[in-house]
Amino acid sequence: MTGQGAISGRGADPRPVLSVAGLTIQVATPTGAQSVVEDLSFDLMRGETLCLAGESGSGKSMTALAIMGLLPQPMARVAGGSIRLADGTELAGLSEAAFRKVRAKRISMIFQEPMTSLNPVMTIGRQLTEVLLEHGECTASEAPGRALALLRDVRITDAERRLKQYPHELSGGMRQRVMIAMALACNPEILIADEPTTALDVTVQAEVLDLIRALQREHGTTVLMITHDMGVVAEMADRVIVMRDGRQVESAEVGPLFAAPDTDYARRLLAAVPRLGQAPPRPVPDRTQAVVVADDLSVRFDLRGGIVNRVQARVHAVEGVSFRIAPGETLALVGESGCGKSTIGKALLGLVDWTGSIRVAGQQMRGLSPAGLKPVRRNIQMVFQDPGASLDARMTVGQQVAEPLVVHGLASGSELTDRVAALFGRVGLTPDHMARFPHEFSGGQRQRICIARALALRPKVIVADEAVSALDVSVQAQVLDLMRELQQDEGLAYLFISHDMAVVEQVADRVSVMNLGQIIETGSREQVLGNPQHAFTRRLLAAVPVPDPTYHRPPVPPRGAAPVSPVWPIGQEPRRVHLADIGGGHRVAEDDPQLELAHRGYAS
Amino acid sequence: MVSKASKAKAPNPRITAGLKDLFRRPRALLAAGVLLMMVFAAVAAPLIMPYDPNAQMFEGLSLEGAPLPPSAQFWLGTDLLGRDLFSRLVLGTRTSLIIGVVANGIAVFVGAAVGITAGYFGGWIGGILMRFTDLMMAFPALLLAIVLAAIFKPSLLIVALVIAMVNWVQMARVIYTETRALAQREFIEVQRAMGSGPLRIIGRHILPHLVYSIIVFGTLGISTTVLLEATLSYLGVGVQPPTPSWGNIIFENQTYFATAPWLVFLPGLAILLLALSFNLLGDALRDTLDPRLKGRH
Repeated sequence: MTGQGAISGRGADPRPVLSVAGLTIQVATPTGAQSVVEDLSFDLMRGETLCLAGESGSGKSMTALAIMGLLPQPMARVAGGSIRLADGTELAGLSEAAFRKVRAKRISMIFQEPMTSLNPVMTIGRQLTEVLLEHGECTASEAPGRALALLRDVRITDAERRLKQYPHELSGGMRQRVMIAMALACNPEILIADEPTTALDVTVQAEVLDLIRALQREHGTTVLMITHDMGVVAEMADRVIVMRDGRQVESAEVGPLFAAPDTDYARRLLAAVPRLGQAPPRPVPDRTQAVVVADDLSVRFDLRGGIVNRVQARVHAVEGVSFRIAPGETLALVGESGCGKSTIGKALLGLVDWTGSIRVAGQQMRGLSPAGLKPVRRNIQMVFQDPGASLDARMTVGQQVAEPLVVHGLASGSELTDRVAALFGRVGLTPDHMARFPHEFSGGQRQRICIARALALRPKVIVADEAVSALDVSVQAQVLDLMRELQQDEGLAYLFISHDMAVVEQVADRVSVMNLGQIIETGSREQVLGNPQHAFTRRLLAAVPVPDPTYHRPPVPPRGAAPVSPVWPIGQEPRRVHLADIGGGHRVAEDDPQLELAHRGYAS
Repeated sequence: MVSKASKAKAPNPRITAGLKDLFRRPRALLAAGVLLMMVFAAVAAPLIMPYDPNAQMFEGLSLEGAPLPPSAQFWLGTDLLGRDLFSRLVLGTRTSLIIGVVANGIAVFVGAAVGITAGYFGGWIGGILMRFTDLMMAFPALLLAIVLAAIFKPSLLIVALVIAMVNWVQMARVIYTETRALAQREFIEVQRAMGSGPLRIIGRHILPHLVYSIIVFGTLGISTTVLLEATLSYLGVGVQPPTPSWGNIIFENQTYFATAPWLVFLPGLAILLLALSFNLLGDALRDTLDPRLKGRH
């Protein structure tokens, strides 16, 4: 990656296209102005890729917004320093009118969430031509042709049809491609990419990263990439600036940084990154018993429409899935977004209607009334992805951890307080945290609170739905340690739902890979991750960014047809895959013609 | 109804601290002062009024029979029948406060209850409730009020009830939309996974998040309520003359707006003050109840 074409121009032109010197950004807070970026300096050389890497709150996004003149007004401002383009234009303190001439033409930016960055009520073609016309790139009659060329440039299949489509009709990866096309419409010198692939599936992420690299090579664009993911850094960067609390911690070429970081912080940051293939061995759980047994589990959602609101089609979110989890075991469900993995978690907790059979701790959950479900719920609890969203902002965290005990009538008065205090201690917080509100905690602490709440009922199983995905890697490692410790001490079983293969390898005993609502490969961690058999699993694993700049990931083979949708008209159903045991409990879907179609693009 | 859940447990340190915090805000204090004065005027009206508010005085009109401007004798001037405007405004405080607080209170309560129920449960319950709300909205409010007021013998309470029946609809719609959005949030899903019942979820986790809208729309409703009462009075189905209310003072005197603008302007100012005070107090209350804004003024 480092050696690929992009940096070839560097020797030719030693002048930086952008130099940032002594940049300080302040944000107004109730207690006065606070510096979120302090005295940051760097030069961006023509044609290179510079990564600003750091955990949340390190000021990397603020830096990008300052360069684009998009700092949220009036809360944030550039308080000092300069941001200068190659021709001497000073961007700090530039008027909004003058900035409009710089944006898109000289510097443009792509954001994390392509859905919210595109206008949902305008066609793709219209949004592209608007950029071109706004900046006088071409005449109105040339614009549609140019827009089409741009879409072809970013390798969108069926470009003519896409021009007439709206953002919601495209997949996440295609939307991000459109964003890139818009950003490159005026051929800017600098492209700022702020976490451009964080919201995308790992296979799509790999495609988009490949695309950015290819376009950079073709156009000679300079890329400033902002990311928290050291795997992405290793894959993309020529140089890296590691930031922390608004300051530069280390600045180095990517190779030396990963090989031998100079600072303690960079060393710790890199050490915390989970790497595929390096997970420690796990004790083998006793699989003769099962605490969760799901059999032929299906979840379907009706799509209604028409004048009389009849069911017109069904989303087959989960289709005939069976699995079992032993006490003290972790089963990981992996797959791309929309594959039904989260829906399985919700079904286990009775949050969606399902058919089939679910037994938790020997009790059949099928056909139970809400009242009958209540005692079963003591055995199974859930931890969600976003701890901020799963806590009530208006209640103290102590009250919230106490709630399960109150709702189930298990404790009251001083016993309740004592038990909540003990739970806080159990997850590494102190009892004096109890009187505070969620906003007073960091993301990692909030997730600890959510875990404490899930533990309150002493469940046998915890469903962890992307429970560490929103956390910084260092915090992620701590929370995973806590979960492992709880498992050892209390014999907890986890259903660990995640898209992150490296994390899954760290925690899982067994792994099931899902696609379009069905399990297509299942087995022990070593079997599935070490010896993947299904083409889909292989593609998923190949796309995982590797935090090692010397590793050259082969380009992801392009997806063939658009992914087959889980929506089926009434009377039709997806064909059930048949899992064949290929030895030692490693079971893989036998390819049938229909799935063949769905995976045509995945076959390598 | 805003802090019903927390008030149930009497000595709540959060509430007392909140009250202290509330009165550290100068604008809230000013608003509370204005409202207290109005309440005082309503209660002690007979002691304050310099004249009988219904007495049509000969010296209250000019030789041409026009109302008199403010003077030392009639502090705020007189109206078209030669009655003392100040005395009428003071007595009108009673009517307007009762209508503004009672009618609006009922409207807020009914609207919030309907909105929350429909929004949380959805399904056919929500469908029926919201279609009924739509029906009420489509029906001309004034016509409904006139019909209702004509059926029942007009009295202050009936007028308040009639106004409440017309005014709860907007509140219901706003609260319905917000509850629907809230009910899909993750922390509510957590509650369902935990096994909490609907009453607990609504009372402890949904209602506190609706406080903002309830306060904002509740306080906005006060001025429309007072004005609707005035309209009803004007049409003869509201508070019956000669009992003064701020609204019917405006309507009685509107023909004199060009020559005697104070007759319309002063009661209008009183309505504005009432609504503004409730709005400011509502804003302060909202801020004190939000733990994220603690300590900001």
